[in-house]
Amino acid sequence: MTGLEFVFVLIAALTLFSAVMVVTTPNMVRAALWLILALFGVAGTFVLLNAAFLAVVQVVVYIGAIAVLMIFAIMLTRKVMKDSGPQTNSTWGLAALIAAALFGGLTFALTRSPAATLMAPDFSTVSDPVAELGRALVSPQAYVIPFEVASVLLLAAMIGAIYVAWKK
Amino acid sequence: MLTNWLYVGLFIIVALVLPAVTIIVPRFIAPKKPNRIKVDVYECGIETVGEAWVQFKVQYYIFALVFLVFDIETVFLYPWAVAFDKLPLFAVMEGVLFIALLLAGLVYLWRKGVLEWA
Repeated sequence: MTGLEFVFVLIAALTLFSAVMVVTTPNMVRAALWLILALFGVAGTFVLLNAAFLAVVQVVVYIGAIAVLMIFAIMLTRKVMKDSGPQTNSTWGLAALIAAALFGGLTFALTRSPAATLMAPDFSTVSDPVAELGRALVSPQAYVIPFEVASVLLLAAMIGAIYVAWKK
Repeated sequence: MLTNWLYVGLFIIVALVLPAVTIIVPRFIAPKKPNRIKVDVYECGIETVGEAWVQFKVQYYIFALVFLVFDIETVFLYPWAVAFDKLPLFAVMEGVLFIALLLAGLVYLWRKGVLEWA
């Protein structure tokens, strides 16, 4: 086992353990904190896959904003914070079966597919992938229209969210 | 590329070990003379009122909602900023337009009074 594989196993174990803790912790605030650890593990996996930008996005958006949004949402609802009802309901066995079948099916299909033997494309000639992405985002030959449309979309999302959430 | 991340991993380990040491070591070497005031919850030096598990004001959620949008803006601006010194003026203006469009949203919130802490 190489050092990289060891780090991967470590990060994968941390991610899976946190994910299990998210669904088994009775307290919702603690579950949200475990979710942050799980998302952090996913960021580590992105790093190991040489996807540094995605790792940054994972930390900035998922841990920095979405986890905070979730914790605020939990803390807004006083009852949920106190409530520690049962962690399972009557269909948990069926749900576990479907999840296991989906996992097994995906593993089967992905290990059989020709993509399983493909190597990652070599980006070692690109000196700075993030700078390349930045240039592509604002280049008229590439993604400038989606880039500006994203800004309009974000504006609409912000105004829409405030219109719905803000009553005075 | 990955070797650079080794430093990040190193920093994570240091960031975990250092506070752990400062919490665990005093447990063994510090003298213990607890009284009611000493074991009280510390909250910026003022006396604590009620429990820590309180219900938040809805304003926090609204701020988090707006923060989420600007956070996603950061994701788009980060590669743009990295490539900034290699970009032509036109491309720089594209980024400025991106920021300006979202600033319009901020102005909308401001005018609507969302940013006021009532």
